[in-house]
Amino acid sequence: MANELNPARSNLPLKRGGDNDSGRLAENIVYFARALRAAGLPVGPGAVLDALEALKVAGVGTRDDFYWTLHAVFVKRHEHSILFDQAFRIFFRRRGYVDQLLAMMLPQAPSAPQAPKAGATRVHEALFAGLEDKLKKERNVELDARMTVSDREVLQCKDFPQMTAAEIAAAKDAIKRLALPFAEVRTRRLTPHTHGHLIDIRRTLRASMKGGGDFIDLRFIGPNTRPPPLVALLDISGSMSQYSRIFLHFLHSLTDARKRVSTFLFGTRLTNVMRALRERDPDDALAAVSAAVPDWSGGTRIASSLRAFNKLWARRVLAQGAVVLLITDGLERDADETLAFEMDRLHRSCRQLIWLNPLLRFEGFEARARGIRAMLPHVDELRPIHNLESMVGLVASLQHGADASANPKAWLRKVA
Amino acid sequence: MNKASPRPLPASIDATVDLLAQADYLADRSLGTVLYLALKMGRPIFLEGEAGVGKTEIAKVLSSTLGRRLIRLQCYEGLDIAAAVYEWNYAAQMIAIRAAEAEGEHDRERLEHDVFSERFLIKRPLLQALEPDAAGAPVLLIDEIDRTDEAFEAFLLEVLADFQVTIPELGTVKAQHPPIVVITSNRTREVHDALKRRCLYHWVGYPSAERELAIVRAKVPGVGKKLSEQVVGFVQGLRKQDLFKAPGVAETLDWAGALSELDVTALDPATVSDTLGVLLKYQDDIARLEGSKVKDLLDQMKSELRAAE
Repeated sequence: MANELNPARSNLPLKRGGDNDSGRLAENIVYFARALRAAGLPVGPGAVLDALEALKVAGVGTRDDFYWTLHAVFVKRHEHSILFDQAFRIFFRRRGYVDQLLAMMLPQAPSAPQAPKAGATRVHEALFAGLEDKLKKERNVELDARMTVSDREVLQCKDFPQMTAAEIAAAKDAIKRLALPFAEVRTRRLTPHTHGHLIDIRRTLRASMKGGGDFIDLRFIGPNTRPPPLVALLDISGSMSQYSRIFLHFLHSLTDARKRVSTFLFGTRLTNVMRALRERDPDDALAAVSAAVPDWSGGTRIASSLRAFNKLWARRVLAQGAVVLLITDGLERDADETLAFEMDRLHRSCRQLIWLNPLLRFEGFEARARGIRAMLPHVDELRPIHNLESMVGLVASLQHGADASANPKAWLRKVA
Repeated sequence: MNKASPRPLPASIDATVDLLAQADYLADRSLGTVLYLALKMGRPIFLEGEAGVGKTEIAKVLSSTLGRRLIRLQCYEGLDIAAAVYEWNYAAQMIAIRAAEAEGEHDRERLEHDVFSERFLIKRPLLQALEPDAAGAPVLLIDEIDRTDEAFEAFLLEVLADFQVTIPELGTVKAQHPPIVVITSNRTREVHDALKRRCLYHWVGYPSAERELAIVRAKVPGVGKKLSEQVVGFVQGLRKQDLFKAPGVAETLDWAGALSELDVTALDPATVSDTLGVLLKYQDDIARLEGSKVKDLLDQMKSELRAAE
């Protein structure tokens, strides 16, 4: 976060919308645009000029007009609207800017505590970057339920800490560089290709026409490649609750970056969160996911969840050679043959089944638990995840997971 | 049949259901309503449902009862414009170029205009469906759209919204009378909302026992009253079981046909077990019915039939 962009630090007096002093207005717009940019909106200097022009042309009288004029210029995508709204609220308050700042910094807020709106973290961060450090963040201490197993159904909801702009940027960057297995598969569709194996008669004819048809200028086509559909099954039971946020952000970025990504969450029941994750804004998406899922951090019923998936969804989302990412620690209390049966069916229905297991990051992990032993024979790869502190770490460990250690048979042999 | 004027479209929902019944297609009222609206509003109809519930059949029946031509586009992975819409007749084009050369014609503009004319256009199903027809606009069946990829779906948007196709070299071809479009999907993947938005949607489910019985009697006339009742009762009971793939109407008809070929007049556990492969296509499902399960289902079905009498 660039501190020199921070209006709070530069001690500039802020001007309200109705001000006729155009010099001050221009300054405010410039700072507002910078704040928007820092919050993640693609706002260039051209947009600032446009905004000033628009304000002049529109002859802004009321606060609403002012809002919508700026909105028209700065917001180019629907999902940015919410960031703009937050930024506008904070930036152009009626009351003095400094007063507002103080009010926001007070740890004991006088007003009733409200759930933070999506995007609020990023806007706040953009506007008050320097001062933020002085504030002590209160942290919710979450019960660490890792390595515990239960099939008790606990219905509870979950609030996720919001993403910071830096986190989002790093995540996007990491996802771009992520190469999953079967990153590209050949399709039966043909596309223009310099070294293709077939002659593209249509383009050849067109090219030949250019010379009047005297000679034939051959053009070729070859097979097209595209990423296969990806289906993620994410365990959100108590033993995995620590990792839910990072995995959900990972899956959200993946949904954003690739086509055909479907995500299902399971604890004691299976929930389809495909639509929720399609929200462009990560905070919005996680809020929607959180609202859709009734069984956060409860027990695990892997077998029955897989059964529900196989029966209700497999035929709908596993067509066209989908790759399945199964993200679970595999700690199932009542591991019996149904678990192996459902894993087998899942394995047969997809192109590749990759198990991401966060337990593998602990030294000395052995495939001893019965659930893990029942599932292992039916996966193509078992990938350890070493770094779950950040998305970058997660992506990096996924990237390097495909070595000999990913072979599920090796894990089984170790304890055999 | 009077070739000159097309047969009129049904004037009400009841008339639509009756029309389908003429060709032994027994539709429920919800399907009749959607079909009537689609015909009335000139909108494509999007039918989704499990395999074997009679989605494709609807298009065939519409075409035969309305006396329209049926144009079928079977979708598959890799389906492209050359196979679905149009292609240029390259061989003929090459000959035309050679001929022009021999005549000393070297005007590029002229040559290009001649070569990319309708004479050299090979029309594929979608383009054929936009052509005028004396018997009325044809029925265009786009079958199993979920088998093709999103790229092709995007192409359909223009055809479905405006009933037109744009050929870069030739211009836009627009249908004078929009065809009756029926799209089917087995839902092996989600079809994009943009495509669905342009259509009237209907989920084709399994029929009720009463309607299924009527279907069996209409489609397999050789089956006796008692056997048809038992067949339908058993299949309906089977659908309530926890199966990976429940049998569709097509399977019921196959089974009824198979049993009548075997001269069976009433169901018994041994016959059912022997012919279960006609109904169930997954080994896990068949294994689930092993042992006394078939007998239990038969007993339950028989007691229900007795209660109904």
